[in-house]
Amino acid sequence: MDIFDILGPVMVGPSSSHTAGAVRIGSMARTLLGSKPVKAAIHLHGSFAETGFGHGTDRALVAGLLGMKPDDLRIPYAFDEAKKAGLDYTIDAVDLRDAHPNTAVIEVWDEKGKHLEMQASSLGGGRIMVDKLDGISVNFTGAYNTLVIRNQDESGTVAAVTSILTQLRVNVANMSLYRHKRGGDALMVIETDQHLKPSQVLFLSELPGILSITYYDKEEDEDVSGFDEGNL
Amino acid sequence: MSLDSMKEIFEQMAQKNKPFWEIVLEDDMETRQVTRSQSMAKMLLTWQAMVDAADSYTGRRRSVSGLVGGDGMKMRQYCIRGEAMSGGYVSEVIAEALSMAESNACMRRIVAAPTAGACGVLPAVLLPLCKYEELSQHQLLEALYVASGIGAVIAYRACIAGASGGCQAEIGTASAMAAGALVALRGGSGEQIGHAVAMALKNLMGLVCDPVAGLVEVPCVKRNVIGAVNAVSVADMALAGVESRIPVDEVIDAMGEVGRRMPVEFRETALGGLAATPTGRAVTKRMRKPQ
Repeated sequence: MDIFDILGPVMVGPSSSHTAGAVRIGSMARTLLGSKPVKAAIHLHGSFAETGFGHGTDRALVAGLLGMKPDDLRIPYAFDEAKKAGLDYTIDAVDLRDAHPNTAVIEVWDEKGKHLEMQASSLGGGRIMVDKLDGISVNFTGAYNTLVIRNQDESGTVAAVTSILTQLRVNVANMSLYRHKRGGDALMVIETDQHLKPSQVLFLSELPGILSITYYDKEEDEDVSGFDEGNL
Repeated sequence: MSLDSMKEIFEQMAQKNKPFWEIVLEDDMETRQVTRSQSMAKMLLTWQAMVDAADSYTGRRRSVSGLVGGDGMKMRQYCIRGEAMSGGYVSEVIAEALSMAESNACMRRIVAAPTAGACGVLPAVLLPLCKYEELSQHQLLEALYVASGIGAVIAYRACIAGASGGCQAEIGTASAMAAGALVALRGGSGEQIGHAVAMALKNLMGLVCDPVAGLVEVPCVKRNVIGAVNAVSVADMALAGVESRIPVDEVIDAMGEVGRRMPVEFRETALGGLAATPTGRAVTKRMRKPQ
């Protein structure tokens, strides 16, 4: 959390948790799918289910799936935008156990049938947490540039990835490893201080033992060059 | 942000012999790995977004439910007619809090501070002050740093979302941020900022989040007014030398505890309080999505 999570985001109302956070959750699902979604099943839990309609949570999640940011003035019209973009979606309620009150489960599919199931919660002030990916419990927020890597659970895979990051002069801010069972598929979530280029992500994806990789570039600030404190 | 208590900010102020706002600025530079200019330029954009939202308010928009819209303009006109009992500055604070909170409910672009539902409080105390006092943009940015530092400490130690801790966490935190900003603008000490924050939170402690039909409309818009007016009164008290008998960090912790123990009906679920009144339920029924 930084001070612009407190004084900010600059956003379309009415709710930082139910509107801005929901846009970010939708946007995160689109990014982690790694391609344009054509179909989505959205399941709302807790306060999202109780009060989501009034807060525009449904429209906000769809807006995010369409790639919008929280200050996009088209958010109120996201359902119409989805039609234009060829995104089919369904929205219903779900009752999850041990989930944050503002939680959504989103299933998305792209044109080729590639599928992702993500559970994420909106923590307040527009900040979000990804809680599950394809059934595996995870914990990351999108506050950093984030690599989500599916790999075989074998020795050396983690070292290979981190040594490449070292060579690219990319500093790892946080790193977590998750797996269903020993020797199966595993998940590596690496949050980095520096941005990665598409070519660098592609290079990582070709390492042995890596099954797939998606990369989330954190939201960029506006261009603030030309600012002079002396002029204030 | 790495500042986890008001006490730590006071200690750094003493160690470095720097004002409150600059401790927060330096912490932002460290946390986000940005330069002083980059941080301040972003804060200026934030301030401009608040000014834009206020300047473009017409009072003509209505919310989806039709419950909200136009009250800020009614209050502005009442102020202009000179009829307000609360007089110049405070009556304009009321009008601005209504206008900004209404803008949020009507899906206009605002700055969450710390949340969208509480977005009216901080600009409501700052914007009218610019008419009454000669304030440079630099001073206003300093005030915003103070406000955001206070909000970050509260978010770390307690909570700022209605769903987590009720309205006291949203409007209460906004009020504390606004109070601290006002004390800083008037040249108050770090301790005085702390007393203002403590008093702001104490006065609103226990306030539930009970939005009618779950919309950020009733009573949220008008609660921005109580947050803003509360901020002005505790800032004046702190500047007059009135002190909180409970230290500010302990007050923040107490607010967090009250929030955690608050029944779920009073945490933004629209199941209790004003939302559960006969009229509140009727609005919910009217607003329910056709299945």
